[in-house]
Amino acid sequence: MMRIPFSYIWRSLWARRLTTALTIGGVALVVFVFAGVLMLARGLEATLVETGSPDNVIVLRRSATSELSSQVDRGTADVLEAESGVARGTEGRPLLSREVVLVIDLYKKKSNALGNVSIRGVSARAMELRPGVHIVQGQPFQFGTHEVIVGKSIASQFKGVTLGAQLAFGGDRWTVVGIADAGGTAFDSEIWGDVDQFMQAFGRPVYSSLSFRLANPGGFDQLKTRLQADPRMQYVELKHERDYYQEQSKTLATFIRILGIVVTTIFSFGAMIGAMITMYAAVANRTVEVGTLRALGFRRRSVLGAFLIESVVLALVGGALGVALAAFLSFARISVVNFQSFSEIGFGFALSPGIVRSALIFAVVMGVIGGFLPAMRAARLNIVNALRAS
Amino acid sequence: MKLLRLVFKNLFRHRLRTALTMLGIATAVMAFGLIRTIVGAWNAGVTGAAANRMITRHRVSLIFPIPLPYRNEIARVPGVTGVSWANWFGGVYGDPNDFKNFWPRFAVDPETYFDLYPEFQLPPDQLAAFKKERNACVIGRKLAQQHGFKLGDVITMEGDIYAGRWQWVVRGIYTGRDPSTDETQMFFQFAYLFEQVRQREPGRPVDAGFYVLRVGSPDALARVASAVDTQFVNSRAPTKTESEKEFQQSFVQMSSAIITSLQVISVVIVAIILLVLANTIVMSVRERTREYAVLKTLGFSGRQLAGFVFAEALVISLSGGVLGLLLTFPIVKGFAKALPTFFPVINVAPITMALGIGAALLAGLAAAAIPANRVVRMPIVIGLRTVG
Repeated sequence: MMRIPFSYIWRSLWARRLTTALTIGGVALVVFVFAGVLMLARGLEATLVETGSPDNVIVLRRSATSELSSQVDRGTADVLEAESGVARGTEGRPLLSREVVLVIDLYKKKSNALGNVSIRGVSARAMELRPGVHIVQGQPFQFGTHEVIVGKSIASQFKGVTLGAQLAFGGDRWTVVGIADAGGTAFDSEIWGDVDQFMQAFGRPVYSSLSFRLANPGGFDQLKTRLQADPRMQYVELKHERDYYQEQSKTLATFIRILGIVVTTIFSFGAMIGAMITMYAAVANRTVEVGTLRALGFRRRSVLGAFLIESVVLALVGGALGVALAAFLSFARISVVNFQSFSEIGFGFALSPGIVRSALIFAVVMGVIGGFLPAMRAARLNIVNALRAS
Repeated sequence: MKLLRLVFKNLFRHRLRTALTMLGIATAVMAFGLIRTIVGAWNAGVTGAAANRMITRHRVSLIFPIPLPYRNEIARVPGVTGVSWANWFGGVYGDPNDFKNFWPRFAVDPETYFDLYPEFQLPPDQLAAFKKERNACVIGRKLAQQHGFKLGDVITMEGDIYAGRWQWVVRGIYTGRDPSTDETQMFFQFAYLFEQVRQREPGRPVDAGFYVLRVGSPDALARVASAVDTQFVNSRAPTKTESEKEFQQSFVQMSSAIITSLQVISVVIVAIILLVLANTIVMSVRERTREYAVLKTLGFSGRQLAGFVFAEALVISLSGGVLGLLLTFPIVKGFAKALPTFFPVINVAPITMALGIGAALLAGLAAAAIPANRVVRMPIVIGLRTVG
């Protein structure tokens, strides 16, 4: 069987430039939205999952859904610090941070509206426990004082959060002494200070959570089983930090995905119709040409293939354009409240090879579906009638 | 009249293409309607807020409780005609990964809460039963429907903010007075929460989550707000008092980035309508170049011919728009089903319908502009020579 040369397909598209461009534009917009939504959901997940370190474990009260609703008492912290499963730091001290997480309101720069900001009281080992967090301006806060450091996302989005500024919360004033870069993780959207100072200021007798490094990275299950048998640990639950943060992203990410998929499915229907209109017109305009091709000896299947390829080329070019447009979104960052932690989280659009692949497959599917019926019509034309058409 | 017939004849020349174009526009208008409706649903709390209600909460953040004795002091503020309070309970019901299992749960004061929220309509006998029984609860009609809860059923869940296993008996099902009333909430007695926490976690204080205030007239809002907040400014729990509308608005604000992206998408949709329609019109005009030249030869003016092009585009876009609006209703219903509890109140607003049609109309005009201009400027001889 002889194949219709690709140059024929290419020239046909070029001959109707305006129509071709309009169709490509339609597909590109749909793919743009499709890719954008996936990038957003992925960006959120990446931000939260990266927040957890693979060797760290978080301890929360059983069935607490977030650090905000969790309470862990001092006794539990003491038991854990003596536990051999907890890694030791430089001076043989346990790598464990006792933390309290609360939410305060600050004014946003852009909208002047109140935004929820997480504040986290930490112990001396917190920075060692989370090597991804660096001070980029100023210095670390001193324990025992009312000094705090702020994440860079907070510093850039909220009013009055600059080096040396005073924040008022918990019936007291707190001095910002440093700005931290946590590498795009959720810690970028937090304010850190001394856990004891925070608890005193807010009159809170218990911690929210404990985080510690595993002495033996593979020993999580073993440690969990052992601690679960300990009567003093009955009311708490151990989780891999990664798993915990993954759970925190779930509701919002799922919401973004469902919303995005519903919208793009409807959109894609519109784009397929656009491709169909273009291809039907292409077939109608070229009836004589199709007749000629058939008379020259090209088979029905070749004609079907040629028109189908034409439609797929249209869709692929549109898809590539859409992905290219979406790639620009990587520069944008957005900040919304994650209702699971009831505080702002800043994240970006993250493009991944998987998203590019899905977007292009999506485009090709639109091209095939949109082009199939018109291509069938072209293939089924009767040679004599087609040649006679005007 | 005859000219109008020509427009219709032209429309029916490529029945399939016309139908497909209308369908394409209908799809886009439907997506437009869906997105606008979602944005509207986000604002439902704001539209449903009563003009004479205010919320007092902890100044630092909503997560901090405020002392119970504040109640009497707030009630004494001139202009305040009613005070009640509520606590966010949280809790995990069934499989936490199923969105259906999440709904707002509040511990409320049974004596005053329903007085302040007349839009939650509860039969008097059910209200009396709710007040009488410590572990009674009242749920919304929609919530009852979603889970098949009936009066007398027991609802069990695991506490997260407040530890342990919790159980309530359904003693009332309220219905919303207005279409914008949230019918998915659950209320139980504050006293039950108070007593249980004292038993389960001795030493843990249980205060009010936030106070709900009713004022005599909406003019008093600002005065009451500052009077209440001044009173507690130097206490251990300073407060922030705002109208219910502002309070709800702050929740909407939390998701403002998502709302903005949705609005951007709705503009993209209008662009897609435009592309689909423009494509069809461009094609039709190109195919008929020779006919238009003939019509010009017969003496039709360029303007009249442009009118044909515009009329054709508008007929297609408007019928597509109307079809799209009709499709919006089932799709919104389907969406609400896919994501229950995210949007307790979701209705297609009249303004959404008007905007949908407006977008289609605008796209119709814009799509016809270039081809119409082409027809007007085409010299007859060139047009006659064109091979389609």
